[in-house]
Amino acid sequence: MTALVLRQGLLGPTARRLLRHPSFVLGAVLFGTVVVLALAAPWVTEVGPNRMAVRLRFQPPGEMFLLGSDNLGRSMWSRVVWGARLSLLIGAWVVALNAVFGILLGLLAGYFPRLDGPLMRLADALMAFPAVLLAIGIAAALGPSVTTVIIALAVVYIPRTARILRASVLVVRELDFVQAARAAGATDGRILRRHILPNCMAPLIVQLSFVFAYAILSEAVLSFLGLGAAPTEPSWGILIAEGRSYIREAWWLTFMPGAAIAVAVLGLNLLGDGLRDVLDPRLTVERT
Amino acid sequence: MTAAPLLQVEGLTTLFRTGRGEVAAVEDVSFALAAGEVLGIVGESGSGKSVTALSVMGLLPEPPARIGAGRIRFEGRDLLAMPARERRALRGAAMGMVFQEPMTSLNPVFTVGDQIVETIRTHDRLPLSAARDRAVATLARVGIPSPARRMQDYPHQLSGGMRQRVMIAIALACAPRLLLADEPTTALDVTIQAQLLDLMRDLQTERGMGIVLITHNMGVIAEFADRVLVMYAGRVAEEAPVEALFDAPRHPYTVGLIGATPTLEGTGGALVTIPGTLPRLGDGLPGCGFAPRCLRATAACRAAPPPMVEVAPGHRVACLHWDRPTPGEARAPRVPA
Amino acid sequence: MTALLALEAVEKHFPVVEGVLRPRVVGHVRAVDGVSLALNPGETLGLVGESGCGKSTVGRLALRLLAPTGGRVVLDGTDLAALAPAELRRLRQRMQIVFQDPMAALNPRMTVEEIILEPLHVQGRRDRQALRDRAAELMERVGLSPEHLRRHPHEFSGGQRQRIGIARALAPGPRLIVCDEAVSALDVSVQAQIVNLLAELQREFGLAYLFIGHDLAVVKHVSDRIAVMYLGQIVEIATKAELFARTLHPYTRALVAAIPVAHPRLRRPRARLTGDVPSAMAPPPGCRFHPRCPHAEARCSAEAPALRPVLPGHAVACHFAERFLPSPPRPNP
Repeated sequence: MTALVLRQGLLGPTARRLLRHPSFVLGAVLFGTVVVLALAAPWVTEVGPNRMAVRLRFQPPGEMFLLGSDNLGRSMWSRVVWGARLSLLIGAWVVALNAVFGILLGLLAGYFPRLDGPLMRLADALMAFPAVLLAIGIAAALGPSVTTVIIALAVVYIPRTARILRASVLVVRELDFVQAARAAGATDGRILRRHILPNCMAPLIVQLSFVFAYAILSEAVLSFLGLGAAPTEPSWGILIAEGRSYIREAWWLTFMPGAAIAVAVLGLNLLGDGLRDVLDPRLTVERT
Repeated sequence: MTAAPLLQVEGLTTLFRTGRGEVAAVEDVSFALAAGEVLGIVGESGSGKSVTALSVMGLLPEPPARIGAGRIRFEGRDLLAMPARERRALRGAAMGMVFQEPMTSLNPVFTVGDQIVETIRTHDRLPLSAARDRAVATLARVGIPSPARRMQDYPHQLSGGMRQRVMIAIALACAPRLLLADEPTTALDVTIQAQLLDLMRDLQTERGMGIVLITHNMGVIAEFADRVLVMYAGRVAEEAPVEALFDAPRHPYTVGLIGATPTLEGTGGALVTIPGTLPRLGDGLPGCGFAPRCLRATAACRAAPPPMVEVAPGHRVACLHWDRPTPGEARAPRVPA
Repeated sequence: MTALLALEAVEKHFPVVEGVLRPRVVGHVRAVDGVSLALNPGETLGLVGESGCGKSTVGRLALRLLAPTGGRVVLDGTDLAALAPAELRRLRQRMQIVFQDPMAALNPRMTVEEIILEPLHVQGRRDRQALRDRAAELMERVGLSPEHLRRHPHEFSGGQRQRIGIARALAPGPRLIVCDEAVSALDVSVQAQIVNLLAELQREFGLAYLFIGHDLAVVKHVSDRIAVMYLGQIVEIATKAELFARTLHPYTRALVAAIPVAHPRLRRPRARLTGDVPSAMAPPPGCRFHPRCPHAEARCSAEAPALRPVLPGHAVACHFAERFLPSPPRPNP
């Protein structure tokens, strides 16, 4: 009873509906596990990700190494867990840049008709390229590094986020309360900040959860192609790239990081679906 | 009324499953409709008037809706005991329905002609050309100019009034004996509303249909109904012939509703109001649903739903204090000569 | 008496753009086409017409939520077009608006207190305690409990939300409120409460209302004077008593005839308008009403009638308005 009262009191109705949504809960558990393990990497791994034990090369998953060991005898468990840190960090940066620039461009395009045409044509042009191909092009031009990956993925996904926000702004800006704020003498900045943006957050949050998933996937592709992080910092994409040569002898080198990617992406997608159902049932999110 | 009624509803209770359990949207509603008669059902949001019509048509999604009790007889046959196929065959043929929103009730990707012809051919196995001819004739009858050309139009090419005429044409294409009209003119301008009410009146006289007209507008009732059912919070508050209802409304809610409606004949000044707000679905009051807003309400009103009392022939009221108007509440309006 | 608000030959033509690759203007929707009217302090002017006649656009032009494409809007002697943006924002305290849809009119993410005080916040008021008192006072004035200030709009019924919208409009102490179909979406029993509330507030604060509506009975109930619009133009304007004693424009007559009767014994067959309102993109030449007018003559399709005074306080845009006078007007002694 007390627990119920607490739940009712502390959480809004939205949070309560989320907690009753099966796919949100499953997604949150999957993705949450990945995040917790990544944060707790020093405590959940016994050896560092780069600690070699040449005599223990190619150990299959088992008692010695939970997820096996690689060609240099490094613990795959440790490498996957530490790799999660870099993959998630890149994902988080891409999401943050998406949020900032997606909001800015989406608000401007949606609210000021004069900016709408030019901004959206630019977005269309960027979106005309297949996402991964564009990312590869940008990353290749900038040279391989973690920053490169972040910038490339941000450039790829910001137009998509901006478009979704713009679509919501176009709807909300016509609502009467926005007119009321104008009638009261509110400036455009205040209208955007106080009245339009808060009412456009639902689709944005959903979109960002999907962007996170795409960023993790695309990071793996870029790193796999050698356009991402240096091999000394393991990310999931690098782990897969390294394991590729031994795929016949030691399947776990590619399978384990691949499974980690699958769990994280599946978790985020389920979470995003749940958010979409609860926050805005009418919303159809652009699946890029 | 000596002849068997066209439609007879007895003790209808329709329940909806919600987050707070099952709640009754319509409770113990009874009425009868004779052929050639217009029964107006009037009420505000949440009165259960639309749910009543949808229950009769069998158009409520089950679940969440469920007929909890009662009987609905159409020409003596129990609709609720009938197999789904038979009921579907009645729908659109013997019983037609017109909805409020003429835009969303028509399928935007088919032409007007396709939609009427489809309805006709669903029920009557006519050759396509004969069905087309009947469709054109029906469109002409509902006052659509150059009907043969309009057959090729898509709904978005028509004005709101024209779309509603098409809806009426679809409902009438198979010559139904009962027409349910749920707020058919609410989305339309007054001049268009007047045209459509005239049209429905003409068609009704011509074909002798029974019509159930659902509305929130007392003016439309005064203009069109023969008999009136006033609903509040899912129950019948009052039932009376239309003149009796306007001459001597007995239920305090009816009195308030008539007094709260501004009229062209009105003198200005403050309108009579009913204090408080409308009930919400599933408020679950044990007694009279109107008691919280009623100046006559006593402890007895709050204890149990008041029974229907016949106060004059054909005039029934669900109020314990129907003969005791209270100072401060609305007065019965003056009667024009 | 000088007018509080004056519209002088105001026009609003919305461009219609076609073409995806090379968009170009193919025409204009003449939503409002040469509307002049004046609203005195403390007065209610009803603006009535059917959907698409331009009445809501007039309301938005009066508040300069839309900029007119022609003519002038003058508030208290100030031409709104001549003001710098900051001056206009300050002047907005004097004119407010109440909307039709009580759900869309309130920002769902804000509390009632934030909603009501928003017009004061945007004017730079920061005195917390005074503002809080003001919000509580406004809530009470519109018949709501000040304890509910922390709630969000979805926790209120339609009628209560409309009261919140009215409280917001009252907050900056306006002299003019545009009521844009302010009671149209409400149930009858609640509509009457709001109509009465608006009347009380008018007496108390000396407000002027531009009351826009499609229900002539409601507009008649609240208004001192009434203007009837058809296809972007005013066809008749008169004091309430005058308009209903001598309804002169054929369109107004049709509008009155279309209103459902108040009592079943008043039913009678009546002349009905036929056809639909023509498109505002290509309004008929001459008098815009002539294709539907039962009294139209050759002149009506050739020459647009001006809105001209026919009787004291009664102007009509019809060539033959005098024919509809109950008896010939007696010359003034």
